[in-house]
Amino acid sequence: MSTDPVQVDKISGQTTTGHEWDGIRELNTPLPRWWLWLFYLTIAFAVVYWVLYPAWPLVTGATPGLLGHTNRARVADDLAASQAARMQQAAGLEKASLAEIEADPKLLELALAQGKAAFGDNCAPCHGSGGQGQYGYPNLTAGRWLWGGTLDQIDTTITHGIRADDPDTHTSAMPAFGKDGILKPEQIKQVENYVRTLAKLDPEPGVDVAAGKKIFADNCAVCHGEDGKGNVEMGAPNLTTKIWLYGSDIKDLTNTITYARNSTMPAWGKRLDPVTIKALTLYVHSLGGGT
Amino acid sequence: MTIDFTIEDDGPLYAAAKKVYPQRVWGTYRRIKWIVLWIALGVYYILPFIRWNRGPNEPGQAVLVDMAHSRFYFFFIELWPQEVYYFTGLLILAALILFLSNALFGRVWCGYACPQTVWTDLFLFVERRIEGDRRDRIKLDEAPWTADKIKKRVMKHAAWLLIALFTGGAAVLYFEDAPTLLKQLLTFQAPFVAVLWMGILTFTTYSLAGHMREQVCLYMCPWPRIQAALTDTDALNVTYRADRGEPRMSVKEAAKIRSHGEAAGDCIDCMQCVAVCPTGVDIRNGSQLGCIQCGLCIDACDAVMAKVHRPTRLIAYDTDENLARRKRGEQNVYRLVRPRTILYAALIAVTGCVMLYALLSRSSMNMSVLHVRAPLFTPTVEGGVRNGYTLRFSNETGEARDFTLSVAGLDGARMTSVVARPLANGSLTVHIEPDTTLETPVYVATPPDVTPGKSTPITFTATDAHTGERKSVVDHFFAP
Repeated sequence: MSTDPVQVDKISGQTTTGHEWDGIRELNTPLPRWWLWLFYLTIAFAVVYWVLYPAWPLVTGATPGLLGHTNRARVADDLAASQAARMQQAAGLEKASLAEIEADPKLLELALAQGKAAFGDNCAPCHGSGGQGQYGYPNLTAGRWLWGGTLDQIDTTITHGIRADDPDTHTSAMPAFGKDGILKPEQIKQVENYVRTLAKLDPEPGVDVAAGKKIFADNCAVCHGEDGKGNVEMGAPNLTTKIWLYGSDIKDLTNTITYARNSTMPAWGKRLDPVTIKALTLYVHSLGGGT
Repeated sequence: MTIDFTIEDDGPLYAAAKKVYPQRVWGTYRRIKWIVLWIALGVYYILPFIRWNRGPNEPGQAVLVDMAHSRFYFFFIELWPQEVYYFTGLLILAALILFLSNALFGRVWCGYACPQTVWTDLFLFVERRIEGDRRDRIKLDEAPWTADKIKKRVMKHAAWLLIALFTGGAAVLYFEDAPTLLKQLLTFQAPFVAVLWMGILTFTTYSLAGHMREQVCLYMCPWPRIQAALTDTDALNVTYRADRGEPRMSVKEAAKIRSHGEAAGDCIDCMQCVAVCPTGVDIRNGSQLGCIQCGLCIDACDAVMAKVHRPTRLIAYDTDENLARRKRGEQNVYRLVRPRTILYAALIAVTGCVMLYALLSRSSMNMSVLHVRAPLFTPTVEGGVRNGYTLRFSNETGEARDFTLSVAGLDGARMTSVVARPLANGSLTVHIEPDTTLETPVYVATPPDVTPGKSTPITFTATDAHTGERKSVVDHFFAP
C-alpha cells in the first residue's frame, strides 16, 4: 500500500485510495454492502467446505473431510445406479423369448442398443467394431454362417462357444490331410483346384481337376456336402461362395488342407449374463442374420 | 485537481447504499405503468392455465416446457430438442426489438415492462399500503422499535413473502401440467424439484423486488451499459428541459424577475422529481445510468408546474438534439425515421420472416441417415455388395404413423431391416409411435454378382403412407 495521503478528487468529489500511477490517482469506489457480504459468505463457504470435503493437500493425499467423500466412491455409486436402472429396463428382455423381442419394436430397439454396447466390449477385438471380421475371424455381416445364422443358432454359438471349455460347445475337427499323411501334396493340389471351381474361381492350368473332384467326394463331401455347400451342423463352411475365412488363394488353401484350421471362440455363457447374451444374439442377427 | 488531506480511519470497506423512499405520484405515466403492470402480471399468472387441445397423446397445456420428455410447447408450436435453434432466432428478435425501442423511446423496457420494474412496483405498492408514503416510511425507519413498528414490519415482509411465493409458484406451473401441479402443491404432494424451484424463485423475488430494487439496475443489469452505447441524440429520453428550467429559483423570486421583464427558470427546485424516483436519481443531471426512464418524474413535475401556473412538461420525453436546437433558438425536430431505426426495423422484419417461414415450412416428420462406417461395405454370400445405414425416423405428431421407405439410384438394390417390415414392391414400412423417434438399421445390397462403382449416390425417401408427406435424404453406396 502506498503511503500517499488520502485525497478528494475535485471533479467527482470522491476520495482516492492513495494509490497513484504516473500521476493518475485511483478513485475510492467501494463495493455495495450486499456485495461485500456475499464475499464474506464465500469465505465462510470455503471454510465449511474444508471441514466437510477433502481439501488441503498433504504429503500423500489430502485432508479427508468429515463427510468421507471421495470421487471414486461417487463414480462407483453412479455406476451401480446406472446398472440398476439398466436392469430395470432389461426386465422386459429377460421375460421375452428371442422371437418375441424381435417382434416388439420397443424391446428390439432396447436389445439392439444393449447388444451393440456389449458387442463393442466383448466381440469387437476379433470380429471388428461393426462385425466385419478379419482373416481367421468370421465376418458376421456377410450372411454366411459356419454354425447357422438363425436366432437360436447364434444364441447357442455365443453361449457355448466353439471348441471351447464347455460341455455343449460346438465341436468338429477337420483332419490335417497333409500333415497326417491322408493326402499326398499332389492330391492336395488337385482337390484345392477343384474347390476353387466350386466358388467359380479359376483353377491353375495343367492340374487334373477331375481327379480333384474324386478326391473331394472321397474325403471332403462327408462334411462339406457333395455340392460343397457345407453343413452348419458340423460347422463345415460353404465352399461355393466368394467369402473365405482363411483365403481362397492356392497358397492359403494348401495351408488349410495340409494343417487344418479348427479355430476357437470362448463360451460367453460363462462370462456374460443371459440378458446380455440375448441382446448380443439379436444384435449379431441384425448385422446380417440368415435363416 | 486534488486536495490533500489525511484521515485516520480508512472507513468501511463498503459504501452503504443510500436507501430510496419513492413517493407516491399520480399522472399519465403512472397510469400507463399500472396498466402495463396488471397486464404483465395477468399474463404471467393466467398463461399456464390456458388449455390447448393437441390430441390424445400430447399435453393439453398451451405453454409448457416439458423437461422430462424434452419438448417445448407454445400454442400451435411444438419444439423438439434438435429445434432449439429457434430460440436463437427469438433471442435475436428480442434484442433487435430492444434496440429499436431504445432508438425510438429510450429505456421503455426498463421503465415499464422489465420484471424487475413490475415486481418492484408491486412490492412498493404493498409497502406504501402498510407503512405509508415516503415521509411515514422515513420516520418509521428512524423510529425506535415499538409494537406498532414491529406489526407493520411483520405485515410488510409477510405480504412480500406471500407475493414472492405466488411468483415462484406460478413459475413452476410452466414446467408441469398446471392444474395437476397446483393441486399437488396445495395438498403438499408436489414433487421435490417443483418445491425446490418454487423456494429458489420465492427467495429471488423477495430479495430482488423487496430489498435490492434499484441496486439490480445499478449494479447487476448489463442493459444500462449497452443502452448508453446504443443511444443517439435523436432518441426520445426522459429529459429535464434545462433550457427552460434554469436558472432554478423559488416561485417568488421568479415572479420578481419576470416582473422586471427578464427571463427566469421554471424549475423551483422542489425536489419532487427526486422524491418520486424509484432509483433515487436526479433527472436534472441529465441522462444517466441510474435512470430507468419510467416517466414518474414527469408526472411529479407536471403536478407542481400546474400548481405554480407554469406550462407542464418541464420534464418530458425529449431528445438531446432538441435540447441543443432550442439553445440555438431553432425549432424542435422529431426524427423517428432515421437510418438507425430503418435498419433495426428491417432486421426485425427479415428475422421475423425467416423465423415464420422456418416455422410454417417445418415438417412433422423427419429422417436422418448415417452410413455405417465399420464396415464401409461388405461382400454378400450371393456375390453382391452390401452397405449398412442407420436411419432415424421422427414422428412429431400425436398420432402413430407408418412411413414407407424406398431407395433410388442403385439398380436392383434390395433393402433389408430387422426393424422395418418388407413390402411386396421391395419398399420397407416402419411404424412410428406418436411423438417418438425410432432408430432403424437398414441394409442395402446389390443383386448377386453385381459390384457397382466405388461410390454411387443413392436417395432414401420416406413417405407417410396416409398423408403422402415425404422426406428425402441423399447418401452414398460404397463398393470395393
